[in-house]
Amino acid sequence: MRDVAVIGIGLTKFGELWDQSFRQLTAEAGSKAILDSGVGGKDIDAMYVGSMSSGRFVGQEHVGALVADASGFSHLHIPSTRVEGACASGSLALREGYLSIASGVNDVVVIGGIEKMNDVGGSAATETLATAADQEWEAFFGVTFPGLYAMIAKRHMHEFKTTREDLARVAVKNHHNGTMNPFAQYQKEISIDTALNATPVAEPLGLMDCSPVTDGAAAVVLCAADRIGDFSGKPVKIIGSGQASDTLSLHGRRDITTLDASVHAGKMAYKQAHLKPSDINLAEVHDCFTIAEICAIEDLGFVKKGEGGKAVENKITTIDGSLPVNTSGGLKSKGHPVGATGVAQIVEITKQLRGEADKRQIKDARIGLAHNVGGSGATCVVNILEGM
Amino acid sequence: MPKDVPRFWREIQQRYNMKGNKCGSCDRVYFPPRESCPYCRRESMGKMEKIKLSGKGEIITYTIIHVGPEEFEEQVPYPVAIIQLEEGPKITAQIVDCKIDELKIGMKVESEFRKIQQDGSTGAIYYGYKFKPVE
Amino acid sequence: MTDIGIVSYGGSIPRLRIKAEELADVWGKDGTRIAKGLGIAEKSVPSIDQDTATISVEAARNALKRCHINPQDIGSIYIGSESHPYAVKPTGTIVGEAIGATPDLMVADYEFACKAGTAGVQNCFSNVKAGLIKYGLAIGADTAQAAPGDALEFSAAAGGAAFIIGNEKVIAAINHTYSYATDTPDFWRRAEQKYPRHGGRFTGEPAYFKHVTNASKNLMEKAKTTPKDYDYAVFHQPNAKFPLKEAKILGFTKEQIKPGLKVSYIGNTYSGASLVGLAGVLDIAKPGDRILMTSYGSGAGSDSFDITVTDEISKYERDKAPLIDDMINDKEYISYGVYAKYTDLLYWE
Repeated sequence: MRDVAVIGIGLTKFGELWDQSFRQLTAEAGSKAILDSGVGGKDIDAMYVGSMSSGRFVGQEHVGALVADASGFSHLHIPSTRVEGACASGSLALREGYLSIASGVNDVVVIGGIEKMNDVGGSAATETLATAADQEWEAFFGVTFPGLYAMIAKRHMHEFKTTREDLARVAVKNHHNGTMNPFAQYQKEISIDTALNATPVAEPLGLMDCSPVTDGAAAVVLCAADRIGDFSGKPVKIIGSGQASDTLSLHGRRDITTLDASVHAGKMAYKQAHLKPSDINLAEVHDCFTIAEICAIEDLGFVKKGEGGKAVENKITTIDGSLPVNTSGGLKSKGHPVGATGVAQIVEITKQLRGEADKRQIKDARIGLAHNVGGSGATCVVNILEGM
Repeated sequence: MPKDVPRFWREIQQRYNMKGNKCGSCDRVYFPPRESCPYCRRESMGKMEKIKLSGKGEIITYTIIHVGPEEFEEQVPYPVAIIQLEEGPKITAQIVDCKIDELKIGMKVESEFRKIQQDGSTGAIYYGYKFKPVE
Repeated sequence: MTDIGIVSYGGSIPRLRIKAEELADVWGKDGTRIAKGLGIAEKSVPSIDQDTATISVEAARNALKRCHINPQDIGSIYIGSESHPYAVKPTGTIVGEAIGATPDLMVADYEFACKAGTAGVQNCFSNVKAGLIKYGLAIGADTAQAAPGDALEFSAAAGGAAFIIGNEKVIAAINHTYSYATDTPDFWRRAEQKYPRHGGRFTGEPAYFKHVTNASKNLMEKAKTTPKDYDYAVFHQPNAKFPLKEAKILGFTKEQIKPGLKVSYIGNTYSGASLVGLAGVLDIAKPGDRILMTSYGSGAGSDSFDITVTDEISKYERDKAPLIDDMINDKEYISYGVYAKYTDLLYWE
């Protein structure tokens, strides 16, 4: 198996981008990543695109070819494949690209992640996101996506005495980190009281516990480690990659407060990287809801099960803490264009490991982990990256 | 939202009568019914027996939905719970006939036949189970 | 002669209630006076997820809980209602599927204003008598409609009762049944219309009283009985005033009427009304008790029944499902705003 490195990154601004189309966003992120990597169009062996629901958000399927076309590669006839795994679509695309290089089939691959969510109204967006849940046995009965995570939160509170304040602290921390990220949808601080008193969405979760509806795209260029010398992009190596699945429905799981897919994807990535959770310098985890970050740091082994809330209270995960989590602002503050999220996490980790994260730079960051979840935990991808 | 009539019609037995199945190899009960038992896999093939569940169970966790999908907007705020049924399986369903502040984890509930959603005022009406506290 | 009659029964009454005062306040009327006039202090209201199908299923399931019959032995289902959820597509098949009685089944939805439920009982009785079926299920249920501000709004309620008719382990034998019908337009709802219209005082003398009186009298003549032979009498109850007056006309006492008079607590459940009353009487009946029940449906007609409670009722597992009074007492009050939202008034034409 060949080693693989990230040699180029590109990101659009995240937010309500009324004047930007699906095509424009994809072209912007893609060209930024390609220019950053120093590869030419003819060097690209394949493209993989992560998009959860372009069909429902912008009425367009077949976006693998569309992205290649929008990026100006139609005449090069580059193989381009769209990958879908709900909110984990981006990192699934990344992993497919990674595997294609590791296996020796390709040398240079461009990965795109995109979602243009604001062209439909709020309730249509909610309904589309709910398609990541079990339509027949969850969504049909009126449960929403926030509702599923709210039930995880309620159970977590019941079993581990986690509080709404613990959840609020996740939002406050991620909003603080977001103030230092010029690409973030929200770049403003919020207080604990703001978070606690926000409009209820699905109790115990309020508006400030939820990631927003976001337009945005992200792209990275992957390259076989033995060919990085051919290109100018500053490399960061992928040293571990794991993926796991679980029941589509939350109620079908072994345990409501544990995302077993996270546990398994994490173990797989750690094993490949020959690392332990304590070796990780920083992590971008899937905080689609505040409770999700608490579960993630538990399920990835950074803290014991049930101690996620305490860890946040003890400031372990702040930018100055022993394990900074979501320095980008996370899904909560940076925004969550679902298909782009997994790729955007890799962009952030790469920036940090290259030392290019400006005000939010973690000193001496060498090893970073990205954790991306699809649905309420039916799909999970974990990647571990190392600076070179 | 599933508005397609055939898709709903196929599930009437599950939604009306909570028909699940049981692995003939390990006795685990599934709802909705599974083609095979994830624990016994090939040993369970052809041994999955149909059973009707009692509709009695206990709330494992719940939420109060304040921002609902379009079909449920008139009902907000409404509770949804994961219920562990007596026979073992866990399911997601709305809780009715219960004041929101009286809901709690561990509460005993039983199923009742209710309207779940409808395809507007001209489309099909979809019925199924909701749960209410046991007196 | 083998008895044919009620093998089991069950009721279903939504737990939401609105008080007469609450309704009256909205329309600038005197709630106390109206409540007293109609003899209805409050009425049951369906929740947003309850309709005639859900009430019918719950009533049928309650009836099945109390007996040990195999739902597959039910050969006919007739549901009487003015508020079938679909104008075309039967409520009966929903109920049949939900109790596991399909597919060897005769099904039809009935409409005859408030007496379609008792018409269902008669048809099940006939089918059993003819030897066509082993058991029949008859249900009268409604989520009655009333236009906002109409006098009917104080009485139109939701509820129903289900009766399993057969000739084995009969808890109450139907000795005689008789019907009386004429063309009398006292109350109607035109096709495509959401709310009914009524003839005000015309609904009384030439309509309700004429039909209920004649049906009851003719039945008693057929059964060779007098009011004194009955322990209980149940009449259709659009309000509390009409059945009490009817009792007086026929010579029944208040004591005979009271146990089956549920309208005061839940309002008029239309097709459910006389059957909920009968269920309430069966909740307390003892072997040998004799019951007269006469329904009334506008348009107009009455079905009258002469019923004798059998010894079988002492073995009958009545406590396996809630009694009518249990359901009356399990309640939650709502405001007119919530009532308007739940009963779709917000979208009235």
